[in-house]
Amino acid sequence: MEEKKGRFAVTRRGFLGTLGAGAVVAVATTSGLATGAGKETAMTDPEEMTRIKLRINGKVHRLLVEPRWSLLFVLREVIGLTAAKEGCGRGECGACTVLIDSVPRYACLTLAVEAEGTEIVTPEGLMEGESLGPVQQAFLEHDAFQCGYCTSGQVMAVEGLLRSRPDPSLDEIRKGLSGNLCRCGAYTHIFEAAKRAARLKGGSR
Amino acid sequence: MKQEDRDIYYTKGLSIPETPEPGKEPEPWGKTNVIGKARPRIDAYERVSGAAIYPSDVLMAHTLYGAVLRCPHPHAVVKKVDTKKAEAMPGVRSVISASTPGADLRWPYSKEMSAKLFDPHCRFEGEAVAAVAAETPYQAMDALAAIHVEYEVKPFVVDERKALEPGAPPVHEGGNRVGKKNLYERGDIEKGFAQADVVLEQTYRTECELHTPLELHGCVAHWDGDQLVIHESTQGVYAVQARVAQVLGLPLSKVRVIGHYMGGGFGSKLQASKYTIIASILARKTGRPVKLFLTREETYLCVGNRPPANMKLKAGVKKDGTLTALDFSCSGTGGAYPAGGTSLVDWLVRDLYTCPNVRTEAADIFINAGPARPFRAPGHPQGAWALEQMLDALAVALNMDPVELRLKNIPTYSQAREGNPPYTTTGLKECLEEGARAFRWKETKQEIDNTPREGHVRRGVGMASCLWVVGGGGPPSTVIVKLFSDGSVNLNMGASDIGTGTKTVMAMVVSEELGVKPDMIQIEHADTGTTQYATPSGGSKTVPTEAPAVRSAAIHVKQQLLKLAGEDLGVDPSDLRFQGDAIASRTDGSKMIEVKQLSGLKKRGVVVGVGYRGPNPQGKVVNPFAAQFCEVEVNTRTGEVRLLRFLGANESGRVMDRLTFDNQVYGGITMGVGLAMTEFRVLDRNTGKMVNKNWHDYKLPTALDVPPEMVSLPIEFRDTEANNTGAKGLGEPVTIPTAAAIANAVYHATGVRVTDTPINPYRLSAIFAERFKEV
Repeated sequence: MEEKKGRFAVTRRGFLGTLGAGAVVAVATTSGLATGAGKETAMTDPEEMTRIKLRINGKVHRLLVEPRWSLLFVLREVIGLTAAKEGCGRGECGACTVLIDSVPRYACLTLAVEAEGTEIVTPEGLMEGESLGPVQQAFLEHDAFQCGYCTSGQVMAVEGLLRSRPDPSLDEIRKGLSGNLCRCGAYTHIFEAAKRAARLKGGSR
Repeated sequence: MKQEDRDIYYTKGLSIPETPEPGKEPEPWGKTNVIGKARPRIDAYERVSGAAIYPSDVLMAHTLYGAVLRCPHPHAVVKKVDTKKAEAMPGVRSVISASTPGADLRWPYSKEMSAKLFDPHCRFEGEAVAAVAAETPYQAMDALAAIHVEYEVKPFVVDERKALEPGAPPVHEGGNRVGKKNLYERGDIEKGFAQADVVLEQTYRTECELHTPLELHGCVAHWDGDQLVIHESTQGVYAVQARVAQVLGLPLSKVRVIGHYMGGGFGSKLQASKYTIIASILARKTGRPVKLFLTREETYLCVGNRPPANMKLKAGVKKDGTLTALDFSCSGTGGAYPAGGTSLVDWLVRDLYTCPNVRTEAADIFINAGPARPFRAPGHPQGAWALEQMLDALAVALNMDPVELRLKNIPTYSQAREGNPPYTTTGLKECLEEGARAFRWKETKQEIDNTPREGHVRRGVGMASCLWVVGGGGPPSTVIVKLFSDGSVNLNMGASDIGTGTKTVMAMVVSEELGVKPDMIQIEHADTGTTQYATPSGGSKTVPTEAPAVRSAAIHVKQQLLKLAGEDLGVDPSDLRFQGDAIASRTDGSKMIEVKQLSGLKKRGVVVGVGYRGPNPQGKVVNPFAAQFCEVEVNTRTGEVRLLRFLGANESGRVMDRLTFDNQVYGGITMGVGLAMTEFRVLDRNTGKMVNKNWHDYKLPTALDVPPEMVSLPIEFRDTEANNTGAKGLGEPVTIPTAAAIANAVYHATGVRVTDTPINPYRLSAIFAERFKEV
């Protein structure tokens, strides 16, 4: 496994060593990988906190985190940015979608320590002061939600889609949103909002 | 803010409805200014910006995180719980179990049956055994893993079809039947079948479906001295308050439940759950707020489901399409405690179509699985799956169009209710006729029928219709409308907005009556501490229950304003009426005063209007009706079904907000697609455990599964009898016929009738393979 130093505060191998007690047991039982890593890196006390800097919505946050904490937990419960939601905590629903370096990612499957050195954008970061961003505005106009709980994630998925494809077709929109569940079933309005958002952002369709 | 944005009234040049004299009912609205328009939601900004604080977003200083240890077995007795190790773990502040003082409480599972909060006899996988509170959710999970429980594992039964067999392990002493069979009969069923030209009989099954709203079930609980404050993701704050107060033995005034926003419930959040009590005990023990939200996995086990239904339907029809007899039986299960396992499954058979001879029976059975809870139109989509497929089969047998067959059997009164009361309105005929026209039903069907069936991709159309047993709403509801001294308004109501747009619709009602812009209405709702009593939001009854009370409260404000104006102008209030943002004499044009200039209003600072929901019309039934049409493409090699388009025609009385109306229709269809095609609980027969308790293996319809073309066709009736707004319920009828319509379309496309859900590639390819073998 090649290590990327610099981008992550801890190396991948170092990171294995800093996992919490539960995870270490799991790692230790999986043959070669753990024995190799274990010899080179000292085990870290699961209580030991790691110092990281996260760049969120253009602002740097200095944080002390447990290595096992998810980015979602840190955003919501530590920093208090609660727009990104937890629907499952394990990469099934997309309610926690944020942009990491402009790509929609599940914050529940991203460790906070892993997100260091990246540019993180949450729904709060799409606001222009107190005004809604174009994707949010399009969701408002088209009633592209019901209960609103998946909405933050849907908005981020559309934002990410439009950053890579400013002028998506309906098929591309459907695929771009297929990682975000909406139990209320507001998809039809979400598709309309995505098209409208593309226009608001300057696409042509 | 621009000046026009600051204007409180929109009424320049427009009139608002006449004000009835005190004690008199208002006239139905004529031409409306606000109601019926496509209006974005009043709280859309909060929801799309992320500013809305859902219960799971509540962050209080010094909060602990709660977690519940659950029984991993479908049936076991807890022999010993050792919490010592967990208690000593870092960050752990409290561990509670059955032996903890204060935790020995009764939990009422139903009217007839209760268990303990931590009951040693665990009758389903996921029953609560112990709980912890810790500084972080991670530490709470670590602590759960360190609690050692000794279980005596008992024999279990998780398939209701086997639970009545001799020797089946009993879930409770006294066997696995939940009470007696539920029987219904009218006319003479045998005579009915004797009169029929065609008689068909078929068995059907729908699988168990899970609600899984996006926001996890849970709450944040804390104590202010002896007052318990709970932020709960709920459909009804007053329902939670009542249950928590009952279980903890507290006066209602000591339990405050707040639920301003909530991330979906679909029936699973109509009631309190054990976790609310557990969080409250943990908060009491630690003296700190406790945030306790279930994991996704837990929500599959212990917060309800739509029970599976095993159905048999025999139907008789004359050559001309007149139904002569319906004989229906079903069995189902509400799980390990009485929870309406077959509730309302037979209602459509009893009441949707004119039929003089009907017999139904329903058997509810215990199994070792989590108790059911109401799920969007309880019983109805299951019953529709059987009845609407049967109607389709009868139409084929008669060589009659299925729309025509239904049109032959439209009732104007409820046959299943005592005294056969008439419906206030029944738009079933119009839903069928206008829906078929808008869908181009006949043309599309003919075109498909006239095209040679070649290749492995087959196209088909299908349709189904329904009514919803309630949806008229009714008392009680109390609403307060406060008019501030500048004429702007506060609306105070207890109802929850579960995502259907309740707040928006209610603001539109106030706006319609008072002429105040919807944006100028502040809404305070869903808080037992500060808002009025309301029943939970469910049963498609929130709009028809709350909107009339809101209208009455707004009218009460107007009546008082007219009286104040009368005092200022020296005329009798009956001579006065509203004109824009002013009140003027009908007879003397010089006598006019702006609302905000009223001296009585200035002196008091506020005018308070109170509205109550009046009774429903006597001797009448208020039900919504619907029909759905769809077109599918079936790949007979892979068993894949592609939904090409869907149309939902809904008669729900007056359309209140066209935007949220359409949204409900699309959402209901989407949920119906889940029942038809993707969703089913799998309980392993060897272990009794649920094996697909996550969204990967229990699949909800995604953006790729919904039809690219969806049409909502409101059939708008002015129901002047239903209530003073003329609106009926919508949120449930929109999902009832969907699954059956898809099954009928698959039949039209392939000649294969899929009588068991789900219609997925696995099942279809097996059926096609079998069929191919026969040829």
